[in-house]
Amino acid sequence: MPVYNLQINGKQLTADVAADTPLLWVLRDHLGLLGTKYGCGIAQCGACTVHMNGVAMRSCSLPVSAVRTAAITTIEGLSVDGDHPLQKAWDETDVPQCGYCQAGQIMTAAALLKRNPHPSLTEIEDTMQGNICRCGAYHRIREAIQLASKKI
Amino acid sequence: MHMQQSINSRRDFLKKAAIAGGGLVLGFSWFGADGEAPAVLKGPFPEKSIGFNSYLSIAADGRVTILSPNPELGQNIMTSFPMIVAEELDADWTKVKVEQAALDTKSFDRQLTGGSGAVPHSWKRLRMAGATARAMLIQAAATQWSVPVTECTASDGFVLHAASGKKAGFGELAALAATLQVPKDVPLKDRKDFKIIGHAVKNVANKGIVTGKPMFGLDFYREGMLFAMIQRPPAFGTKIKTVDSASAKAMPGIIDVVVFKNNVAVVGKSTWEIIKARKLLKVEYENEGAIESRSDHNAIFRTVMDNGKPEVKRKDGDVEAAFASAVKIIKAEYQCPFLSHSPMEPMNFFAHVKADGVELVGPSQTPASARTAVSKLLNISEDKITLELTRLGGGFGRRLKFDYVLEAAELSSIIKAPVKLIWTREDDMTGGNYRPAVRYHFEAALDAKGNLVGYKCRGVGINAGNLVREDNFPSGAVDNLLIESIDYKSPITTGAWRAPITNFLGFAEQAFIDEVAEAAGKDPVQFRLELLSKARITPAGAIKYNIDRMEGVIKMAAEKSGWGIKKPGISQGFSVYFSHQSYVAQVCEVVLQTGKPVVKKIYAAADCGQVINLSGARQQVMGGITDGFGHAMYSKLSFKNGAAEQSNFHNYRLIRMKEIPEIEPYFVDNGIDPTGLGEPALPPTGGAVANAIYKATGKRLRNQPFMDEPVFSGKA
Repeated sequence: MPVYNLQINGKQLTADVAADTPLLWVLRDHLGLLGTKYGCGIAQCGACTVHMNGVAMRSCSLPVSAVRTAAITTIEGLSVDGDHPLQKAWDETDVPQCGYCQAGQIMTAAALLKRNPHPSLTEIEDTMQGNICRCGAYHRIREAIQLASKKI
Repeated sequence: MHMQQSINSRRDFLKKAAIAGGGLVLGFSWFGADGEAPAVLKGPFPEKSIGFNSYLSIAADGRVTILSPNPELGQNIMTSFPMIVAEELDADWTKVKVEQAALDTKSFDRQLTGGSGAVPHSWKRLRMAGATARAMLIQAAATQWSVPVTECTASDGFVLHAASGKKAGFGELAALAATLQVPKDVPLKDRKDFKIIGHAVKNVANKGIVTGKPMFGLDFYREGMLFAMIQRPPAFGTKIKTVDSASAKAMPGIIDVVVFKNNVAVVGKSTWEIIKARKLLKVEYENEGAIESRSDHNAIFRTVMDNGKPEVKRKDGDVEAAFASAVKIIKAEYQCPFLSHSPMEPMNFFAHVKADGVELVGPSQTPASARTAVSKLLNISEDKITLELTRLGGGFGRRLKFDYVLEAAELSSIIKAPVKLIWTREDDMTGGNYRPAVRYHFEAALDAKGNLVGYKCRGVGINAGNLVREDNFPSGAVDNLLIESIDYKSPITTGAWRAPITNFLGFAEQAFIDEVAEAAGKDPVQFRLELLSKARITPAGAIKYNIDRMEGVIKMAAEKSGWGIKKPGISQGFSVYFSHQSYVAQVCEVVLQTGKPVVKKIYAAADCGQVINLSGARQQVMGGITDGFGHAMYSKLSFKNGAAEQSNFHNYRLIRMKEIPEIEPYFVDNGIDPTGLGEPALPPTGGAVANAIYKATGKRLRNQPFMDEPVFSGKA
């Protein structure tokens, strides 16, 4: 199997896996980065969202061979101490219920705020439409993104 | 800083507590609701202790550790249980650490999540746990300071003696307190003195969740662990005929392919390798039962509704006479499809069957039942089986079933290795245990004055069990009433889905009541209040709901929503429902945009008794309404030749951010003990929405999902 040298959260990590292995399973099974979640496997729920060169990507549908030298950021690498404005806003707004989808929600929102620190409500909703929260915490997710946006 | 972590056993907990420094460790044992006095534990935990159900420890540094025994799936129990203990303890909440307990039926009672019952069940014993410890700490301080115990008080983790100005932290007093006799009949706080209960407290797991810390079942990894996926029959009513696993076995990373029961399990070294290999299995299936399609289900509903033999669940008065003399009779039928639970974390469990016992780790709403079932399956006594609970990535009733725990355990016993069994999303959605499809037929008889004098409800369900709630409103408010249930047996497996039965019955009843109110020429709110008034003054048969509480939420929802006050362009719909032990009324507001109804807002008035955590309570109401609204609007699972037609989120629609209405929750503050909130906000939602849409469009919605109805689909 080929060996892939990946740039993840500012570190170079190596995985010896089949070329078609989705980045999600490389992160989880081979690199011990468990914050990125499996929800659907077909890029429909957003639980597996990571950043590739700062852009939100569904890692369940991203073959490791396509990553090449791109900089990958996972929820573990979003901030040094969980102090990204969104992470703080998530706590302040008390967003999580079961919590399973939240890493993916935060990563999708973080990519949005990176390219547009002050999005309109419609832009927030359009961007977050790809992330499912089965507990229905959408109101607080939206509120937390708006709160973080205000603090940037 | 709050922390959350999982620990393996009570002994581990006690060991940790002891290491924390000569602290006080209390184990509380109660056998009844009012309970017996707890015993202080010194040294190793006594082997014979039984009925223990709640724990707290206080370290010398003042840190309080509270063990939370019930599975956490988003109902926020891991925060609300410790809040109750900490309140009566007078602890400083910022110094409270919460830990998830492993399954321990000797120490805990009802260690499960379901039925909105955890807080109502444990409320008194959790308060006693805190209050008893506080009394001992105060006694310790009084002894140390040689002052009367009545002059000492506790607050925010300290004991105080006002007259002398003396003050000591709980941690300083813990060692002495532990040597004292455990008091009986400790007074509980007056609710006006609550500092933690009833306030908004953040989820103790927030930090871990937002930083991606492993805490769910799928996050459990162990060195040397294998991964497994099972191919199950593709259609309900089929079984394995032949298996050719040669190509799958030849794939890289695959250790074995194992056939047991109707399962073909692919075992390998990583998730992706078993996903790929499973696709290469060649399995032939043959029929062993009815192979049903969507059209069959519709035909079954019609035939069974008209000709089936119903079980009479409640009969009051003379229904035939009431309908014979009625001035007006209203009839309607309501139907809903099967639904998938689809918690975001798919089913999974870790099992390691060893020579000397079994280790189980994973997400379950019913860990005790799961362990008992594993014990029977493998013929290994329960005391040799440990079960460590992880956080649950949602449940919604799916994880009340433990089929996936049994699969993992059986597989581990066959391959003699530690294994994590993983279901894909497709496995979950096509794998059964659905919310059953049901259909209701209602009839109402009105007299000349528009009084409801007769009422009939007949429910037909597919593997739904009893699909009526015969003692719910309007039972007791109608003199002549007949409630019947007919269950049809199908190979399609079903199970409890958040607010079982009432998740759809609540809609059907409340939408039908709206039809009846209209026929009677009465305001929907006034009509319900009149029925409740009749139930109070001249009840018909037994009344098993609380009339005052139901009236309370009706009036609150009407007031908060400005019911009856004209709002330009806005149509309102009303609904109220009693489920589990709580009451929720809702008013939905709909506007027309380019001729189509859009749900803009839902007001909710909830009476769940004492609110524990205002933040968590608001979440349960808003999440429950979003859940009820989303599924009523969008979701359905249908069948073709015995197989589910939907397999993943591309063709099974769940509500997303853009579709949520504004939600405004309110709580009745009536001082009664908590009655649960995980489910009760869901059942009224469909009715409020359908009734508002009727007001806006003149079209009654009687089938879910609403999106398939002409008013939304545009198809006649």
